[in-house]
Amino acid sequence: MAQIPNEELLKRIAEKFDQQVSLVGEPYGLLTVETGREQIIDLLTFLKTDDALRFIFLTDITAIHYPEQEKQTGIIYHLHSLTTNTRIRIKVFLADGDVHIPTATVLWEGANWMERETYDFFGVIFDGHPDLRRILNVDDMTAFPMRKEFPLEDPNRVDKKDYFFGR
Amino acid sequence: MQNHPVYTDNDPQSELSTLNLGPTHPATHGVFQNVLQIDGERIVSGVSTIGYIHRAFEKIAEHRPFYQITPLTDRLNYCSSPINNMGWHMTVEKLLGITTPKRVDYLRIIIMELARISDHIVCNAILGVDTGALTGFTYMMQWREHIYEIYEEVCGSRLTTNIGRIGGFERNFNTIAFAKLRKFIAGYPKVLKEFESLFNRNRIFVDRTRGVAAVTPEEALNFSWTGPILRATGVDYDVRAMNPYSSYEDFDFDVPVGDNGDVYSRFLVRNEEMWQSLRLIEQALAKLEKEPTDVFHADVPEFYLPPKEEVYNNMEALIYHFKIVMGEIPTPNTEVYHSVEGANGELGFYLVNDGGRSPYRLHFRRPSFINYQMYAPMSRGMLLSDAIINMSSLNVIAGELDA
Repeated sequence: MAQIPNEELLKRIAEKFDQQVSLVGEPYGLLTVETGREQIIDLLTFLKTDDALRFIFLTDITAIHYPEQEKQTGIIYHLHSLTTNTRIRIKVFLADGDVHIPTATVLWEGANWMERETYDFFGVIFDGHPDLRRILNVDDMTAFPMRKEFPLEDPNRVDKKDYFFGR
Repeated sequence: MQNHPVYTDNDPQSELSTLNLGPTHPATHGVFQNVLQIDGERIVSGVSTIGYIHRAFEKIAEHRPFYQITPLTDRLNYCSSPINNMGWHMTVEKLLGITTPKRVDYLRIIIMELARISDHIVCNAILGVDTGALTGFTYMMQWREHIYEIYEEVCGSRLTTNIGRIGGFERNFNTIAFAKLRKFIAGYPKVLKEFESLFNRNRIFVDRTRGVAAVTPEEALNFSWTGPILRATGVDYDVRAMNPYSSYEDFDFDVPVGDNGDVYSRFLVRNEEMWQSLRLIEQALAKLEKEPTDVFHADVPEFYLPPKEEVYNNMEALIYHFKIVMGEIPTPNTEVYHSVEGANGELGFYLVNDGGRSPYRLHFRRPSFINYQMYAPMSRGMLLSDAIINMSSLNVIAGELDA
């Protein structure tokens, strides 16, 4: 089947979700929409199970942190419809202090580690996740290192002081 | 399949024993820890612990200019680092709207397919070792060495190649590289054929691998599997065929698929992919004949570092050098997702740019990471020795797993 044009895809989503899903743009031809966490599972379910769309493949879940925004943390889903070779990107922005979003493991088992990684690095709590633990960082870490306020290097390191280098 | 086995062994009277498979274990070929509960030789449950070589590449990448991120991608799947390098270059080129000349695309295809062959050599030869057949390994590893010699001619290094630049290659392929390449494609088919005849119908090998860790297409897609292990289940998803990049659409190649997704099918799919890669390299060499021989990068002085002798002697080159190094060239404020078919599956780069010299956010969709999460659940009920060869055939590379 041929690739679904972005306008048609957006129309189908709008028919079902009306104002709850808004268009962000189509950077490099990839339709990007934004929704709220209340609709995210409904939207993913619709995209996955709709006979014409069939976005059965979850490519990736990740997050992004914008410290200046009111809603600081964005969760980004990439879905892929293998039958029509169409991709879509879905974003959900969450306000700081209430970084909760329902888990996508109810739809894809593969979301498990992707969400654990997102939790590990951004502190996003995926409600209903079967095993939300840190995955790459050590268990007793307290910070969420991919957030922008986390420095690249430990400011307390003593081995990189200027006087070691004669400065 | 229960999605997350929880390790509990509080019962002192338990008949089950606990086995730490890894983090350093000769059969795991990398730093993987699996805490298994076993009943005799059968695995009851397991928990995977990963992150032993996590190096925070995504964080580091946020602080580096685009052209300095290439060495980070080397260290993802270090068995086929050129594919990662090219994937990264193509992501940035897509972001910046750079179109590369056809010759660059074909040279890239040669290098990427060589990398795929070398990755599959490692995987399949070591799968042989894990099933007790060292002979295949001794035949094949020599040819990975020949591939590394070709890399050496092209970029000077072997394992972590840092090959190419944004817009093309840092230097042209020399005649020795082409001579070595032709020698490789002349000699390798014989070896691969011999390797296949050693294994494909070998009673011991087939008994050992057929039906082991069989995965249905539904399960594989549910776990977001990609690459040879997905194709072994019968799903013909290959990024090269579906979303061609680097002029793969000009080439004639098949996407091999397996039948039941077991270790044996994965082995066959990888072998067949090596044949397809050889076909691609031969076609690319034929196509290169018609291209001008002195083109090896796109004409993008704003992003492609000029050669040093020009920087010292040429005003314009010096200006561009300064602008690139100081990051004074504006880049689009947008986001891009680009994926390539890595040796283990869809290797994706999600790059969010804020117009500066380094990414605002860079996320690697690492196939090993996503493929490996099924390992512990699928090991339930499996014999320990089968779990070992299952891990070999998944070809999980620790660098890509942990990023």
